[in-house]
Amino acid sequence: MAVGLFGRLREGLAKTRETLLGKVEALFQGHPKVDEEFLESLEEILLGADFGMPVTQELIAALRRRLKNEREPDQGRLREILAEEIATRLPAEQAWTLPAQRPCVIMLVGVNGVGKTTTLGKLAAQFVGQGKKVVIGAGDTFRAAAGEQLQVWGERAGAEVIRHAEGADPGAVAFDAARAAVARGADVLLLDTAGRLHTKVNLMEELKKVRRVLAREIPGAPHETWLVLDATTGQNALAQAKTFRAATEATGIVLTKLDGTARGGIVVAISAELGLGVRFVGIGEGVADLKPFSAGEFVAALFRND
Amino acid sequence: MFDTLSEKLDAVFKKLRGRGRLTEEDVQAAMREVRLALLEADVNFKVVKDFVAAVRERAVGQDVLQSLTPGQQVIRVVRDELALLMGSGEENRLDLAARPPVGIMLCGLQGAGKTTTCGKLALKLRRDKRSPLLVPADVYRPAAIEQLKVLGRQLDIPVFDSRADQDPVAICREARAFADRQGYDTLILDTAGRLHIDDALMLELERIKADVEPREILLVADAMTGQDAVNVATAFNERLGLTGVILTKLDGDARGGAALSIRSVTGKPIKLIGVGEKLDALEAFHPERMAQRILGMGDVLSLIEKAEATIDREQAAEMAQQLRKEGFNLETFRDQLRAVKKMGSLESLLGMIPGAGKAMKQMQGMQLPEKELQKVEAIINSMTPAERRDHRIINGSRRLRIAKGSGTRVQDVNQLLKQFTEAQTMMKRMQKLGPKGLRGLLGKGGGLPF
Repeated sequence: MAVGLFGRLREGLAKTRETLLGKVEALFQGHPKVDEEFLESLEEILLGADFGMPVTQELIAALRRRLKNEREPDQGRLREILAEEIATRLPAEQAWTLPAQRPCVIMLVGVNGVGKTTTLGKLAAQFVGQGKKVVIGAGDTFRAAAGEQLQVWGERAGAEVIRHAEGADPGAVAFDAARAAVARGADVLLLDTAGRLHTKVNLMEELKKVRRVLAREIPGAPHETWLVLDATTGQNALAQAKTFRAATEATGIVLTKLDGTARGGIVVAISAELGLGVRFVGIGEGVADLKPFSAGEFVAALFRND
Repeated sequence: MFDTLSEKLDAVFKKLRGRGRLTEEDVQAAMREVRLALLEADVNFKVVKDFVAAVRERAVGQDVLQSLTPGQQVIRVVRDELALLMGSGEENRLDLAARPPVGIMLCGLQGAGKTTTCGKLALKLRRDKRSPLLVPADVYRPAAIEQLKVLGRQLDIPVFDSRADQDPVAICREARAFADRQGYDTLILDTAGRLHIDDALMLELERIKADVEPREILLVADAMTGQDAVNVATAFNERLGLTGVILTKLDGDARGGAALSIRSVTGKPIKLIGVGEKLDALEAFHPERMAQRILGMGDVLSLIEKAEATIDREQAAEMAQQLRKEGFNLETFRDQLRAVKKMGSLESLLGMIPGAGKAMKQMQGMQLPEKELQKVEAIINSMTPAERRDHRIINGSRRLRIAKGSGTRVQDVNQLLKQFTEAQTMMKRMQKLGPKGLRGLLGKGGGLPF
């Protein structure tokens, strides 16, 4: 009986210790002094959240510098400094608002399986919920049944989906979708694209073509191009962000699948190096689980206790 | 671009040339670089820690072979240990030795590539003379069932007719009975993507396992996964008892440290890897190659395979014959240019060549000549076949026409012709000399071993 209770308690504690905050707290209990050993353990915690080596080393150096003059820094102070240092590496806090152009064209790009189509479905539902008229362009003509998947989302959201047959030219879909958005007087045109690895040159060229088609039909389009990133992705996300930005002039990031145990620390590295802001984060399956990004909340989530 | 590990290690060891043995400090310094390389490749930090400690122990006191640089020797130890950890020399083929219908269950996070991999696996099994039945059991993601049905149609492989309003466990059970009746010997179960912490959905997988008793339970994992790979793999393994792993999206430039993380926390072999969007791009896993890739050592074998895959044999033979017949002219040059272009970006190709990383670093900030190549091809395209076969006939007015036709300047055309003439002269000289003459050309001090 007593053993069972103890076991449960320990189990509960172990779960807490798996989170970043829990780890930092546990570390603090074992090492009340901020010494080399402490910093080394902290380094591991940060690396474990996919911050990557350069950002981790910067954070440790900053912590070392700022704690130098404090005799006995307490846990709260340490956490505060760490949160501050992470936040300064994220883009300035300002909620994204829909640009004034009508129709405003938003294009989603990214590697395979990051959640572009799902994100697009959720965005459509949210815009419709705000009273906007939305047209969806099913630009993923490559993956089997990607169009059907988007059709289901479109029906749920109450948005028209412009589709072509599988294997059709995505540029042609973009053309028709742009024409339809203008003809229907839509507020927003959301364009899905097929997932592609950033190393496939011809597929990146295809994205450029889609952009040219959009720009020809609607001045200034696409007004936003968002790179969708999976929060479980490691250091490769940096290469993805660099290449997609170069090829598509991506204006922001949507970070998906933050509801698992992954912490998405890599966006800090991306923000710090490329200055690309995060527009939305996906934290669950529901439509409302796609939330506007807030640096404060993100840092809080990094440290969240669950 | 990172420095290659071998360059960093060579720098570390530069000072100890001529010494006979590696000291503790030498190894310590080297292991710091190894640690960094592994972390950059997304190997989990705990796995890195254990691995580095183990290798450090082995490397201290080792003799430094005179013929090798110590850096390379340490890398060899590291690479061999990595390969060993990833199961080199172990059996990693699919185990389908059971009474048919044999079940293969694929599971994993959302977006790992389960459905596509199911299609690839079915094709592979049919080529191995089995008769697979694809079973769509993802009733959650919109059109996931339809996706597998489309794949089945493309491959002409039967797909069990499930509907999104059915219970996934019931689908798998019925599919098994159906396969039994119809004589399909292998069931490929495509389950919905789920988070490893989603208790309800993990329970569903446990129920499918209990009901269908699949011979293989394979975790499908994205090669780009970061540090979280260990949590995911541990959770799936604890609840389901995995029999192996399929690593997907290895055709990108991710170093794929997740392979090592997953392998070391589950102990389960990586059985297959996904290396492309086409449905036949599912291959056997080679631990040695993966070790090289994780260390950023370049992968000449993959490069050769890539070349073989994109340039088909007939075309290569044709090109060689044309080269013999016509010599090296602008026509054959253009063919070669196009063949290289088909293999991917120059950057990704260079990344596969050991040491090329260094060369690329020296070109810092310089754009790779992708655009230049485009221009060159445009210029050649604007020539007449006669001009391509013999560029000497290209006079001033022809140059002007070519420049106009290709949207370039006459200077560009001149430059191309000049460079081409030089290249042609060199080719001719090399052909004339043969391997024997080549030696003479390089001179006595060349230091080449032949």
